[in-house]
Amino acid sequence: MTTDQHLLRQLSDASVSVELETEDMTLNIGPQHPSTHGVLRIVAKIDGERAHDIKPTLGYMHRGYEKLAEVRNYPQITTLINRIDWTSGYANEIPFLVAVEKLMDLEVPERAQYIRLILTEMARIASHLMFMGSFPLELGATTPIMYATRDRERVLDLIEGVTGGRFHPNFNRIGGVKPAAGAGSTMRKQSQDLPAGFFEETRRAMDGVRHSCDQIEDLINTNEIIVARTRNVGVMTPELAVAYGMSGPNLRATGVKFDLRKVEDYLPYEGIDFEIPVGTVGDSWDRWNVRLQEIRQSARIIGQAIDKVPSGPLQAKVPKVIKVPKGETYVRAENPKGEMGYYIVSDGGQGPYRVRIRAASFSNLSVLPVVLEGALVPDIIAIMGSLDFVLGDVDK
Amino acid sequence: MTGFITDVMANFWAGLGIKLALIAFIVPTSALVFGILEIKISAHMQDRIGPYFVGAWGWIQLMADGLKFFQKEDIVPTDADAPVFKLAPVLVLMSAMAIFVVIPWGPGLVFGDLELGVFYALALSSLATVGIIAAGWSSANKYSLIGGLRAAGQLIAYELPLVLSVVGPVILAGTMSLSGIVEAQVVFGVPYIVVQFIPFVVFMIAALAELSRLPFDMPIAESELVMGYFTEYTGFRFLFFFLAEYAAMFGMMLFAATLFLGGYWAPGIPESMMPFVGPVVLLTKAGLLVFVAIWFRWTWPRLREDQLQSLAWRWLIPIALLNIAVTATLKVIL
Repeated sequence: MTTDQHLLRQLSDASVSVELETEDMTLNIGPQHPSTHGVLRIVAKIDGERAHDIKPTLGYMHRGYEKLAEVRNYPQITTLINRIDWTSGYANEIPFLVAVEKLMDLEVPERAQYIRLILTEMARIASHLMFMGSFPLELGATTPIMYATRDRERVLDLIEGVTGGRFHPNFNRIGGVKPAAGAGSTMRKQSQDLPAGFFEETRRAMDGVRHSCDQIEDLINTNEIIVARTRNVGVMTPELAVAYGMSGPNLRATGVKFDLRKVEDYLPYEGIDFEIPVGTVGDSWDRWNVRLQEIRQSARIIGQAIDKVPSGPLQAKVPKVIKVPKGETYVRAENPKGEMGYYIVSDGGQGPYRVRIRAASFSNLSVLPVVLEGALVPDIIAIMGSLDFVLGDVDK
Repeated sequence: MTGFITDVMANFWAGLGIKLALIAFIVPTSALVFGILEIKISAHMQDRIGPYFVGAWGWIQLMADGLKFFQKEDIVPTDADAPVFKLAPVLVLMSAMAIFVVIPWGPGLVFGDLELGVFYALALSSLATVGIIAAGWSSANKYSLIGGLRAAGQLIAYELPLVLSVVGPVILAGTMSLSGIVEAQVVFGVPYIVVQFIPFVVFMIAALAELSRLPFDMPIAESELVMGYFTEYTGFRFLFFFLAEYAAMFGMMLFAATLFLGGYWAPGIPESMMPFVGPVVLLTKAGLLVFVAIWFRWTWPRLREDQLQSLAWRWLIPIALLNIAVTATLKVIL
């Protein structure tokens, strides 16, 4: 430190000590920090361990997907949007594809719709299982993430079997789904759409997922330290959650029973019987439990969907060169992280005129300055972890 | 043969040299052994394989890691308080090594049988915290500083139950010499854990906090403070902290085994065999306790600093005080 810097620091200290107060320390968390799930930066003033004036700084991972989408044609964009929320790449594709199909007035074959539904729920299980590992890691428990990633493989293997990709399947096509990996271009043959034995494998995997949930409940939910670290930590009222546009499990943890799968018709959920798990207090403990129950519900949904999958084609008739008629629409879907929506404006060309991406994590994260106010440093990490955001989803 | 050893040890300088060499051998060896045990046990607990390329089953992985540290650049941050920054790891390692001096490995097999052995061990083990605070303060890093301050808070909260829980065996034995305590347990017939189980639990909890092991590793807290007080350390100085962590854990568990588990003594071993079997017995007991510490680390999350303070002040200290009262009363009555 040079003498000038030293002098300046002493002067600033002196001005504070006039008021007989100690200066709060500015703590910079991120963009490179073990617990920020990527490159989130948080600047907090801390007095001892208590933080106030929290300022999240975003944009370190901005990849400009909205702008990139404008210079690509529709089939190319699915590659991009896979990478928005990389923990559930498959689920990202759905609302975009549904929006485009809506603009083109395409009727997607039912079989394709059910395959989409099954894979979306698998993506939800994968994403939530990742949370089941990463959240205890933030609380200092290093073992659950190993168990969770191991159990997640069950689902990822199945997704890989159908789509050929584990994280970024890029499996949907406008008007349906792609014939499964290695199936060539003949879409009509039944034997070439889903891998042989897929349904039996899936049923077995869902039993495995239920077993994982039991194990998580047994090992983690009964742990006193986990309970002590999460109960009444980061409490959010339903009003606050709604005011900040929160969605998904974070919203439901506050007790608001709102699930787009019950409200919208982007996938054939109406014939399927499932519950919406909700919390009561809106603390980190509730957010954890809501996600845990959602894994069970997703397994239940997949079990029912398998029974309902009809036979038939995988794709609607679409022209070779896809042109979307002039118009605009907004389609939203219940993604693992919350509400994800695409507002597409088409000027009749091969690519969109403008795409606006409504990412769940961005809105969920906007509540941080409120919910972190007055929290302790360990709780900052715990609360951020419990909100389960992904920086790709925040910065787009 | 025995006479020759006694003669050599009687020479002050030769004896001191041998003792120093032995301690200098025990500390890195214990760190290597328990380090690789921790890696292997954690891998087993986490459904992983762990290292298995380096040497048979990966047993010399940590040797390779240790050699790696020699190659690393020794960085002292520009803003750091250089003398303190360099002194801190030495202090921590020194405190970890010092506890080995008073541990009796067999009848007469002790580096220095101090009259106040218990007192010495407790005092020296808290010296590590001075090094930790120095490291946190001198690193010129806010995370290090918070880690150092947390260690200071932990020291104040945990030194008391640690000391108070040790008072029970000391009252029973009537001496503060560790050899004396082991001999008292031989006379007593059973290890003190049988009659002093609650203070043993208090001691173990406090020892884990003192060692900054999970669930009390707040001074390090990877997910919050990156690496806590030794975030800024690299290369050889980092290795010092690493060695100190395992050596201190081993030392503390040897101390616990001596106080509560009967030390080198095990029932049924004839007196003449004790000098040879004693070290093995003690090592087994301490190894079991180290395993418990490793087990905790990989199965439990971390407490918050305020929860730890409330645990210490509201539960451990009253329990330990109550135990002293009960033990002292019973000692007088019986």
